[in-house]
Amino acid sequence: MPSWPVIKSVAYCLAHVPDLVRYGSKPRRELARAPELASQLAHRLRSFKEAVSYPANQTFIGNLSPEALGGIERPWFRPPPDAKAPSRGPFGEIIDQETFYGLLLRADALQPPLLICDDTHRQRLARRLAGHPLLAHFGADLADRSMESAPAAAPAAALPLTLHDEVFGSFHGDLRAEGSDDENLAAHHLLENLCTKASGGLALTWLLHRAGIDPEEVDFVISCGEEACGDRYQRGGGGMAKAIAELCGCPNASGMDLKNFCAAPASAIITAAALVRAGVHRRVVVVGGGSLAKLGMKFQAFLDHEMPILDDALAAMAFLVGEDDGENPVIRLDPGAVGKVPVAASTSDEAVFRHYLLAPLTALGLKLTDIDRFAPELQNPEITEFAGSGDVTKKNYRKIAAMAVRAGQLAKEEMEAWIGRVGMVGFAPTQGHIPSAVPYLGHAMAAMARGEIRRAMFLARASIFLNRCTNLLDGVSFIMERNPRAGTS
Amino acid sequence: MLQGKKAIVFGERDDISGTTIAACLRAAGCEILYEATACFV
Repeated sequence: MPSWPVIKSVAYCLAHVPDLVRYGSKPRRELARAPELASQLAHRLRSFKEAVSYPANQTFIGNLSPEALGGIERPWFRPPPDAKAPSRGPFGEIIDQETFYGLLLRADALQPPLLICDDTHRQRLARRLAGHPLLAHFGADLADRSMESAPAAAPAAALPLTLHDEVFGSFHGDLRAEGSDDENLAAHHLLENLCTKASGGLALTWLLHRAGIDPEEVDFVISCGEEACGDRYQRGGGGMAKAIAELCGCPNASGMDLKNFCAAPASAIITAAALVRAGVHRRVVVVGGGSLAKLGMKFQAFLDHEMPILDDALAAMAFLVGEDDGENPVIRLDPGAVGKVPVAASTSDEAVFRHYLLAPLTALGLKLTDIDRFAPELQNPEITEFAGSGDVTKKNYRKIAAMAVRAGQLAKEEMEAWIGRVGMVGFAPTQGHIPSAVPYLGHAMAAMARGEIRRAMFLARASIFLNRCTNLLDGVSFIMERNPRAGTS
Repeated sequence: MLQGKKAIVFGERDDISGTTIAACLRAAGCEILYEATACFV
């Protein structure tokens, strides 16, 4: 029996950051054009309690299963008044904005600092972290951090960091001489990068906690976020993985950043599994920090429908890939088992699905009906539908089912019932790379441990045409199975 | 029906891409004036 790498643990976290929504790409541009939108936007921001009790967020951190979420009547953003929901779940937690500001302050490695706080707020953020069971070490000596090199007055381009109306500090671009005259080092770009680092650090912290391993045991980290770190000579150069590893005290880890738009997490998990299988590294972490640019991307639709702003949280996730332990689910790496969409497939949907859906199953001698759950794009439909994009997850399931019918593996009249069995409702925030298939990984592990499913297929898509260098899109897939030796020892 | 017509094409990644729509329209004799594919997520 071949031995395949396993997913040893996962972590999923959210940072509810309503006051950073205005720094998302869409709100930032619209507010510059129409400043009067600011009060409308502020009026529609959710409280932390509302964000925590939101059923889709509860599903992301593992307190609700996707199946249970599918049974909750919509709209989900109007929970019963007596709804009680914990901010921590089996997969991770939802932190509030003040805690996230503390992580931002800790993640800031530059002098002069990017995030400049007065003494009072610095101490407050340090205390906030110190009171958290998993983040306390991040708060150590934070209150004493030197702000001596900070400018006396915030430059006009600095971004105020507020909590409701209270100003906690200001976020700057690179204030050194080499930072001048470089748009890549302006405050809003560096805030994007530091948000990815801080939220990625949160997810990695939870992963280490859940996996029960020391930071020293991590060999390699692959970051799969959508930020583009670097200056004018190497925009998008990367280095985020190692920055997150450093933040989380992983002294033996190196790392690299892997880019493939939304499909980067799936590509990173496949790469991590291949590195483990080849014996290059034993324990590889895949981490994806949150996307500031995607905050408030649909805010106009929410204002138009008099709804709360639902894209108000940075999402982050992390996965630990390791050698076969006879217990955790395996990633199949047989020849042909990993799905890809070759250039020759062009952009025809049928060709795309033929390559990254049918081909891997054929290579393994499986039918679509041998898969217990498919995890395609898992965007929360409540966010996408009001913005006119429809239910992206449902669209993907219809195409998967149509391919099963065309392959002669499913009767047409059975499509809807089959989708009901192999599908799920989308539950992930629209954070670009975050919703792309892998949010189900934690739930799949739990369902396999309970003996409910044996095999899941993850299908991730990437809009690589957004790079303006090609008109192609991409797709990546992998199959995860219950460990064949699980429960036998 | 489309022979000699002009078309502006908007596609979507999770529906039908602009490239695919344009290829079909061209095959039907249509001239594509503009083509774009959007990603809304």
